[in-house]
Amino acid sequence: MAEYEPVIGFEIHAELATHSKIFCGCSTEPGAPPNTHTCPICLGLPGVLPVLNRTALEYGLKVALACHCSVPSPSIFERKNYYYPDLPKNYQISQKRSPIGLDGWFEFEVDGQPKRVSIIDIHLEEDAGKLIHPEERSAAGQSLVDFNRAGVPLLEIVSGPDLRSIAEAEAYMAGMRQLLLYLDVSHARMELGQIRFEANISVRPKGSTTLGKRVEVKNVNSFRTVTRAIEYEIDRQIEAYEQGERVLQETRLWDEARGMTVAMRSKEESHDYRYFPEPDLVPMVFTTEYLNGLLAQQPELPAARRTRFIEQFGLPAYDAAILTSEKAFADFIDAAVALGVSPKAVSNWMMGEMLRLLNERGLAPEAMPVQPRQLVELIALVEAGRINTTQAKKVFEEMFETGRDAEAIVQDRGFAQISDTSALEAIVDAVLTANPEPAARYAAGEDKPLGFLVGQVMRESRGQANAPMVNELLRRRLRGE
Amino acid sequence: MGLHSAMPDLHTLTAHAAHELLVTKAISARELLDAVYARIDAVDERVHSYVLLMREQADAVSARVDAKIAAGESIGPLEGIPLALKDILCTQGIPTTCCSRVLEGFVPPYDATVVRRLDDAGVVTVGKTNMDEFAMGSSTENSAFGPSRNPWDLARVPGGSSGGSASAIGADEALIALGTDTGGSIRQPAAYCGVVGMKPTYGRVSRYGLIAFASSLDQIGPITKDVRDAALLMNAIGGPDPCDSTCYPEPAPDFTEKLGRDITGMKIGVPREFFSQEGVQVDPGVAEAVHAALRVLEAQGAIVEECSLPNVRFSLPIYYIIAPAEASSNLARYDGVEFGYRAPGTRDIVSMMTDTRDAGFGMEVKRRIMLGTYALSSGYYDAYYLKASQVRTLIRQDFERAFAQYDVLVTPTAPTVAFPLGAKVDDPMQMYLNDICTIPINMAGVPSISVPCGYDQGLPVGLQFITAHWDETTLLQAAYAYEQATGWSRRAIDEIERVTMAG
Repeated sequence: MAEYEPVIGFEIHAELATHSKIFCGCSTEPGAPPNTHTCPICLGLPGVLPVLNRTALEYGLKVALACHCSVPSPSIFERKNYYYPDLPKNYQISQKRSPIGLDGWFEFEVDGQPKRVSIIDIHLEEDAGKLIHPEERSAAGQSLVDFNRAGVPLLEIVSGPDLRSIAEAEAYMAGMRQLLLYLDVSHARMELGQIRFEANISVRPKGSTTLGKRVEVKNVNSFRTVTRAIEYEIDRQIEAYEQGERVLQETRLWDEARGMTVAMRSKEESHDYRYFPEPDLVPMVFTTEYLNGLLAQQPELPAARRTRFIEQFGLPAYDAAILTSEKAFADFIDAAVALGVSPKAVSNWMMGEMLRLLNERGLAPEAMPVQPRQLVELIALVEAGRINTTQAKKVFEEMFETGRDAEAIVQDRGFAQISDTSALEAIVDAVLTANPEPAARYAAGEDKPLGFLVGQVMRESRGQANAPMVNELLRRRLRGE
Repeated sequence: MGLHSAMPDLHTLTAHAAHELLVTKAISARELLDAVYARIDAVDERVHSYVLLMREQADAVSARVDAKIAAGESIGPLEGIPLALKDILCTQGIPTTCCSRVLEGFVPPYDATVVRRLDDAGVVTVGKTNMDEFAMGSSTENSAFGPSRNPWDLARVPGGSSGGSASAIGADEALIALGTDTGGSIRQPAAYCGVVGMKPTYGRVSRYGLIAFASSLDQIGPITKDVRDAALLMNAIGGPDPCDSTCYPEPAPDFTEKLGRDITGMKIGVPREFFSQEGVQVDPGVAEAVHAALRVLEAQGAIVEECSLPNVRFSLPIYYIIAPAEASSNLARYDGVEFGYRAPGTRDIVSMMTDTRDAGFGMEVKRRIMLGTYALSSGYYDAYYLKASQVRTLIRQDFERAFAQYDVLVTPTAPTVAFPLGAKVDDPMQMYLNDICTIPINMAGVPSISVPCGYDQGLPVGLQFITAHWDETTLLQAAYAYEQATGWSRRAIDEIERVTMAG
C-alpha cells in the first residue's frame, strides 16, 4: 500500500465581537427572543441601505495585519447573490475581488516546532438568520425564521492547503482561535457558533507535488467533530484511491449520528453567486497612518507572551504554554504579578486549583469568577502564616463559588490560624498533661513522639494551630532548645 | 369678496405663489388643500395620477400649518404646500407599492429620509402617485394599477417612470411633486407633461427609503410647475444623510442662490450626439423647439457652441447592462418570505419563491431581471458588467472634459413628444430608445433639469440643461433665465386647464 499524505486547508468564519451589527445599529447579543434584535435594515426591507460599522472594519483589519496580509486600497464590498429564506435580501454583502486582507501568513507551533500557513484572503461579510423547524409546525410543513443573527459581522479567513496532518490542523485551529482572542476581536466560542471551521481535505501519495481532488466538509460544530470529520475524510479518500475509485471535488456534510461525511446533493452546491460590487457602499481607502495606527494597537501575541513568561517569570515551558493558550489566563497572571506576588505562586494556583475548578464546573476561562486581586490576597494570607495550605484551598474554592474575598471567608469560617503564643501554650500544656509518656520520651531525646504531640495539638485546635509555632513551642518546653 | 374673485384657482398656483398668499393670510392651508383635492376629484378619474390618497394625514398637517399662521408664527417656504409623492418612497404606516403586485400589503415601518425631511418642512403630502412597476419603463404603462394619462392628450402617455407625479403637476393635482430618475424617469415625463423636472447630482439627495431599482443610478428629484419651485424643493430634500453612504457629505448649497442672475458670458455646449445617433433621430419639431430655445439663450448673452461627447453613443447599451444587473439583485428580496405578496397554495420553499415572483412581477420587470441575471452570470461578468463599468467611466470622463470647457450643456430631453398609449408596449427596444437623451446623464452622475420649451404637434417639448457634478446652482440659474425669458411654464399651466377639462 502506497503511503499517502493529507493536504488540509481551512475556511474559518468568526463572529466579530462588536456591540452592534455590521450594517445597522441592532444588538449582536446572543440569546434574545426571536426577531427582537432586528430593524428594517437587517431585515432587508425595501428601500433600506447599509452603513458600515467602523469597529467591525477595524477588527477585521487587525486580524489581516496580524496575519501579515497586504490591505488593498481601495477595498470593496460585493454582493453574493443566492436565494435562501434565512437571507433577508437574497444576497449577502461580502467581499470577493478586493477584500481587506490578501496574501499573508500565520505561524504557530506543532509539537514545539514552528509551522507557517499561507493566508489567501481575509474578508468581512454579514451573517444570515436562522431557520427554525418547530415540532408542532413541521406537520403543516412550516418553518420559521429568526433574523437576530442576520447582519452580525463575520470575518472569513481562508488559508492555503498547507497543513499535512491532523496534529497540524488541530494546532492551526487552536492557534487561530487564540489569535482572535488575543486581538480581542471575537469571543470565538465554538459551541455558540461564534467560530466555525470548514476544512478542505485531499490526499495524495507522499512525495507528490500535485493536489488531489478537494472535498469541503461542512456542518462541524466543535473542535472534536472537525478532527473526527478530517480523520474520516482522509481514510475515506485513501480507501477510494486504493480501490481505484475516483474522489470527486464536492462538498460533504458531517453526519454526527453516523460518524461519517455524506455528499451534498449537487443541486445544493451548484451556485453561481453572480458577485458584483455593492453599489450601496463606497470603496474603502486606507491611509498608511491609519493602518500603522492599528498596528500600534496590536497587543502582545501568544508566542511573544510565552517567551516572556519563560524568561521573565521563570515558568517552565509547559506552564507557560498552558497559561498563554487562553488569553484570559495570560491576562490573569500578568494582572496578579503586577500586584506584587511571585509569578510562580500565581502559576501554581492557576495550574492547580483554578484549572481543576474551571474544568469541573465546565466554565470558560473568561468566566473565571476569582479576580487576580483576590488570588493575590489569598497568597498573602498564606505567606503571612494566617492560614495553612489546606485551608487556603478551601478558601479558594469558596472564593470561586461565591466571588467573595479571602479575608471575609477566613473570618466567617474561623479559618484564622492560632498564632497567638499564649493561646497555643494553653493548648500545648493541656496536651502534655494528657500525654505524659510521649512527652517524657521526647524530652529524653527520642524524636519520634514529636509528630504525635503536634498532631494532638492540631486536633485540639481543630487544625487551626500554626504548625511551625507548635513545633517550636514543644521543642522549647521539653528540650529547652 | 373682491380679493377672492381676483384669486386664481388655488390648485394652479406654484408653491412660491401659494406661500405668498399663505403668509399674507389671503388663503389658508386648508383652502389650498381643499382646492387640490377638489381638482383631484374632478380630473383624476381620467388622468389617474394617484394610486393612493392620504386625506387624513394631509388634513392634519394643513391644520397644524394654519394653527401656526394663526398664532403669528413664521412658516417655511414649503409649509402647507400640497405635494404628490411617487409611490416608490417609503412612508411609515402607509402602503408603498412601487405599483407592483409583489408589494401588495407591504406597509413600511419607517419613513424615507426625504419623506421625513418633507414632514420637517411642513409639506402636505396629498397622496402617492402612479409609476412604472419598480420604475422600469418610460410610459407608466407598466403599472400594476393601470396607466396614467397625459393631461395634454388623454390618449397619450405621460412618460415614465414618474408618470403619475408628472401628470399630477401637469393637471394641477398638486403644487409640487417628487419623482425618481434612474435613466430619465423624472425629466422625460416632465417634458411630456409640460412641467419642470430635475435630477440632482447622484449623491445629492439621500436614497434611504427609496425602493431601489438600480442603486448606482437612482436619484430622487423634484417635479414642479417652475424652476423656482424645483430649487425650493431641493432645499428641503438635499444634503448629507448618515443613513446613505453614497450621499455627498458636504452640506447642500441654497439652491435658489443663483436664480435671477444674469447669464451673460455663460458658455453653453450643445453636444451633437443628443440630436442624431445611429438608429435614433430627434424629431424635427423637437429639434426646432430646442434650437429656438438656444437662440433665446444667446439673446440673453450666453455663448452657444456645438460640441461632442463621443462615448455618449454607448450609453444605452451600457445602461441596459448595469441597471438590470443591479435590479436583478435589488429585486431578489421579493420572494414572499418576509413581506408583501406570497403566492397561495405552494408546497415548498422553492415553489413559494418562484410562484410568488412569477405572479408578483410584471413582464418588463421579469425581462430586466433576466437581462441582469445573465449579465452577471459566471463567464459573462467580464464581457458585460465589467466592460460596461469601464465604458461608464469613459462616458463620465466625456462629461468632465466638456465641463472643463462649458458651464452648461443643453440638449432635448426626449427625441419625441408624448406618444400614444400602447404605441410601444410590444416593442421594448423602441421604448428604451426614448431615453436616449436622458440616460447618459445618469451614467455620468451629473445633474440635469428639463424645462418646457414650446410645442410640437400641440404637445409640450422638454429642454434639458446639464451641469458638472454638484453644480446644481448654475443648472438652476440657466434654466431659470430661460424660463423667465420665455414664460413657457406659465403658458403650460394655462393651456392645461383647457385640455383636461375638455377631455
